[in-house]
Formats: sequence, structure tokens, C-alpha cells
Amino acid sequence: MERSEIESEVRKILAQRAKLTTSIESIETASSLYDAGMTSHATVKVMLGLEDHFDVEFPDELLERSLFDQISSIVSAIEELLNDS
Amino acid sequence: MSIKAARITEAQAALSIASAAEVVRDVASAHAHDVDRKARFPAEAIAALRAEKLLSAAVPRTHGGMGASLGELVEVCETLGRACASSGMTYAMHCIQVASIVRHSQGVTQFEEYLRRLAEEQRLIASVTSEVGTGGDLQTSMTHLEPLAEEGYEVEKTTTASSYCEYADDLLLTARRHEAAAPNDQVLALLCSGGYAVLDVGEWDALGMRGTCSPPARIKGQMDSWQTLPDPFREIATVTMIPYSHTLWAGVWLGIAADAYERARRFLQIRSRKDPDGSIVAANRLAALAGRLSGLRARLAESVAKVEARTPLDADTTTKTSEILAINDLKLEASETVVHVVSEAMRVIGIEAYKNAGEFSLSRHLRDAHSAPLMINNDRVQAANADLLLVYKGR
Repeated sequence: MERSEIESEVRKILAQRAKLTTSIESIETASSLYDAGMTSHATVKVMLGLEDHFDVEFPDELLERSLFDQISSIVSAIEELLNDS
Repeated sequence: MSIKAARITEAQAALSIASAAEVVRDVASAHAHDVDRKARFPAEAIAALRAEKLLSAAVPRTHGGMGASLGELVEVCETLGRACASSGMTYAMHCIQVASIVRHSQGVTQFEEYLRRLAEEQRLIASVTSEVGTGGDLQTSMTHLEPLAEEGYEVEKTTTASSYCEYADDLLLTARRHEAAAPNDQVLALLCSGGYAVLDVGEWDALGMRGTCSPPARIKGQMDSWQTLPDPFREIATVTMIPYSHTLWAGVWLGIAADAYERARRFLQIRSRKDPDGSIVAANRLAALAGRLSGLRARLAESVAKVEARTPLDADTTTKTSEILAINDLKLEASETVVHVVSEAMRVIGIEAYKNAGEFSLSRHLRDAHSAPLMINNDRVQAANADLLLVYKGR
């Protein structure tokens, strides 16, 4: 899967599950999701959505907060998991 | 200094913190009944904490404090908790604020100066994290910092529980970074004496922890720009405020439970001398309590060791999910255990425990213990773990 395709899917899931305070289109790939209203509870919902949609499993090391700092870090993680499988 | 000499100095320092705590404990004990009955601030115990320089226990020695470890602070909390849980809890809450500044001010000069002042003047800090409308969620704020014309900010916050705000020198308060900031984009800000007012103070007439003086109130104040801690509050919460809160509170609750156990033990041993075979059921109950207490003690010691092993200055220090689960489990276990131990100790003692005064009274212990599952509500803590366990693989 192309990175750009992964990113657009990730954005869709964030829009559906993350309850951010601004629209997903206005959040740049490298800006902080936490500052846009991402809560710990929402992180779990998004993670479940990503695991379901991409059919991957996030290993525990990736569950640390920095994964959800930016859209780009989520996309990179999924890229890596898809390449491994 | 040689290693041996350094160890001796450390041992002396530890002894002096412990003996200072015992001095305060004796003062707190003398007034505990009155503090509880009148729901008044434990002024004598706090004065004793000041005299023993324990308000700056968590301040590094380089800044005039005792440089106490978390483990040493927890022991002070247990010592005080045995005598007067309101005093112990006030001390715990104060230490959490001090630790937040020590660990998250990133060497900002004005905060370094503040810590020195705190040690010299023995300043007491209160926490204003709760807010009307956020439903008890620490990491959500409605209020925000409003920039002042020239420099600094003003803030106004309506809190549901302003623990000992009217008696504190300074406050640490959470607020959204600015007007358009997301609810969880928070800063932790220091308001100093003279720079804020505590208004619309409600009533504090609660079942227990009556000396913590936690009525609803409205805080209104101003601050210079430096007074906001540089680290974002979500980081301060995860790295310091939550782990320190859960361990220090557990220390106080352990103190309540330990004192209740002590009373039950003394009662039963006196009775057994007269009639060795007459108390088998009660003895069994007491034995179970001892086991429960030692289990909590072990978990608390393990939790403290884990938190001590993590410094916020570690280069790559993201908190592991397993650590979050464990520190929440500690709070859940400690809060349920203290209620259980005190209730069971009452069964062992009987009517003498049921009275409001006397050598074996457990009235205040029970009422104070019941605050534990409610501060923060255990349902909320359990829900946080439930969430994480949907994605955590535990491998």
C-alpha cells in the first residue's frame, strides 16, 4: 500500500473515532494530535479502528504516547507493520 | 567524600526525616480528634511540619531542601496517616505539588528561586485541579489562561474541591493553555500568595478527611509568564502527578489501616491474656488482616521502586503502558484495602471500636478510609485500565 493511501485511511479513522476539536483536514501531518484534543480514551478507540481496518496488531512498544503525537508517526508505524506481515 | 561517609550521611538524613515525621505525628495525634470533630484545618500539625522543615522534604538539597526520595515521603505519609489522616493527606497533596515543580520546571531560574524560597520560608502549596463541569477528569479543563496586556496571564477557576486553599501560601492550578486550546491542552500554573483570591467558599462538612478543608470555591488570580511550568500538563500528570498521588495517598491509607490493625491487635492480645481460647474467631480475622496489610505494603514498596527508577530527565522517557496499569492498580488495591481492613478491625474489637472516642475507637478511621475509593473515583480509574487492556498485549 502506498504511504499516501495509508495516510488517507488513517485520517478517515481519526475523523470517525478521535473526536478532535478541529476538522481532520486542517490538521497537518506533523502537528500534534494531542493539542487537537486527542485523549487517552480516544487513542484506544483509534488504535482498535486501525488494527481492524489494516488487519495489523500494534506491539506493546508502539503503544507509548509518541505514536499518536502526529499523523505521520501513525502512518509510519502502519507502513512498518504492513511491510513486516 | 568517601562512599562509606556518603552512605552514613544518607542514613543520617533518612533517620532525620523519619524522626522529624515522628515529632509531627505526636503533635498531629494530640489534635486529631478536635480537627475531625470541628472539621478544622490541622494547624498544629502543619506548624510542626514547618518547624521540622518537612514542607521542603521533596526539594533537592542543593536548593535548601531535604532531597527526600519518594519512598521516604511515602513513609512520612504513613507515619502521619496513623495519627491523623487529614494531616497526612494534606502533607501528601503538598508534596505532589512540590515534586511537580522540582521535576518539571526544567531549570527555569525563577522556579529554582521559588524552590529555595519554599525551603527557607516553609511555604505550603495547594492543588486546584478539579473543576466544576469536567466531571472529575484531571486531564480536562474548561477554564483557560487569559493573557494580560503587558505580560503574564490572569485566570479564574471554579473548583469542586479546593483542598486547604484558604490555608496555603501558593496554588498549583490546571487550565487550558489559551482560549482556543483543546480541553486536554493544559498547563500547570503557580499562583503565589498575594496574586490570587479564594472566593465564594462553600461548606466542607464531610463524612471523613474533615481536616482537609476541601469546600468548593472560585479562584481568581494573576501570574507572570514564567509561572506556567514548561512541560505540558499531560506529561506532568503521567510522569509525576499520578504516580506520586497514588503512592503518597496509598501511604496515608496504609497508615489508617495500620493504626486500625494496631488497635485491633492490642485489644485482642489484652483479651487473650485473660482468656486464651475465647477469641479464636477474632484471632483468625486479625490474622487475615495482617496478611492483607502486608500484601499492600509489598505492592506499595514495589510501586515506589518503579517510580523512583524513572526520572523525568531520562532522554527517552515515555511511560510504558504496563507502568500506567500498575500505578492505577495500586490506587485501586490501596483504597479498597483500607476500607476493608478498618471494617474488619471493627469486627475484631466490637463496640469499643464503634464509639466515637476512646482507646479502641475506629470511627474516624472508618470515615477517613471511605474517602479513598472516591478520590479519584475507583470506577474512573478502573475504566482507564479497562480501556488500555483492549489494546495492550502484555508481551
